[in-house]
Amino acid sequence: MNNDLYTYTLRIADDSLILGQRLSELCGHGPILEEDIALTNIALDLIGQATTLFEYAATVQNEGKTADDLAFLRYEHDYKNVLLVEQTNGDFGQTIVRQWLFDTFRVLFYDALQHSSDTQLAAIAEKSLKETKYHCKHSSEWVIRLGDGTEESHSRTQDALDLLWRYSDELFFMDETDQAMIAAKVGVDLAALRPIWMERIQEVVQAATLTIPTNNWKQQGGRLGKHTEHLGFLLADLQYMQRAYPGMQW
Amino acid sequence: MVTVTDIWHWLEDVSDPEVPVLSVVDLGVVRSVKLNGNAAEIVITPTYSGCPAMRVIEEDIRAKLAENGISDLTVTTVLSPAWTTDWLSENGRKKLKEYGIAPPEHEVDKSVLFATPTVVPCPLCNSRNTKMVSQFGSTACKAHYQCNDCLEPFDYFKCLR
Ligand SMILES: [Zn+2]
Repeated sequence: MNNDLYTYTLRIADDSLILGQRLSELCGHGPILEEDIALTNIALDLIGQATTLFEYAATVQNEGKTADDLAFLRYEHDYKNVLLVEQTNGDFGQTIVRQWLFDTFRVLFYDALQHSSDTQLAAIAEKSLKETKYHCKHSSEWVIRLGDGTEESHSRTQDALDLLWRYSDELFFMDETDQAMIAAKVGVDLAALRPIWMERIQEVVQAATLTIPTNNWKQQGGRLGKHTEHLGFLLADLQYMQRAYPGMQW
Repeated sequence: MVTVTDIWHWLEDVSDPEVPVLSVVDLGVVRSVKLNGNAAEIVITPTYSGCPAMRVIEEDIRAKLAENGISDLTVTTVLSPAWTTDWLSENGRKKLKEYGIAPPEHEVDKSVLFATPTVVPCPLCNSRNTKMVSQFGSTACKAHYQCNDCLEPFDYFKCLR
């Protein structure tokens, strides 16, 4: 199998799955009905994207595994999502800031990936980009509404940004897998996306009257399978049924 | 002797499980139909990545063809070119409105932050004095609107491009 292509696809899939799982925790618990519906719709899109990506990863891996095997039956260190997406929902401000940092990245990423020489990844990106633009508009508008809202909503949103900013660096993490994929014209050069991402983030931060933290301490490791303490709890929920009743189907 | 035209005709009786007034042909999710002797191949494309209706649609297509004596059927899913609301047929748009769901305006509401939402006429009283309640509605493909004149809430089949 093509190890680089497998890992590359898995990383994208895991970002979608883990963030989709986080958002689906809010089903029935959203702050207002419209947001409950919005966040679970976004979760559904993300899990749909993850399904197609896992199916493709399983094909590339060629060991007879299914998308479900990859989603439900790996151990914590085998998940390659960025740390940002596994962070807890916190209050609504934290949920939205996490989403906005990720969506802003994802729009740029899919936009570039749709030109991949790998036709399946290009097709998934083309499809997913349309949905992700809606997500990004939703989260960006909420960051502005909350940041430029009441004193309470402003301070909570700023706290969320202070907390999550340290994980934003990892969105642009690249290693030899990325280099190999870029050389094959399959992957995206994330360094090229970074200034555009920063510009879009700053635009929203300014409108939201927020401040980008000056603390430059950054945290990464998720792409290599080294996670924060939150992922294990999330996986316990995610995997429970398949672990308790192996091979179960609805 | 079954023809490709017959199959297209049968597919007009297979409805979208979430918007039953639309057939899968109206919705534009059937990309192509091929027939090779008694073996048929139907290519479908999802509306949204996570649309839970897709699996049901595939099963319903199988059932419909089996009913008409075709059991050797391959259903293939393709992603590209990605489905957009432009694939929705004129007939489909008309049926949506009659059903009380506003059909997609030919305008995407997602590029500019806080842009004035697309004006969507009320499917019940035709008033253009409506407001968007939420970009996200009862299913992935719909937004939630309300009419300021007749006060009825309604679904808008949002434009995807
Ligand atoms: Zn009305």
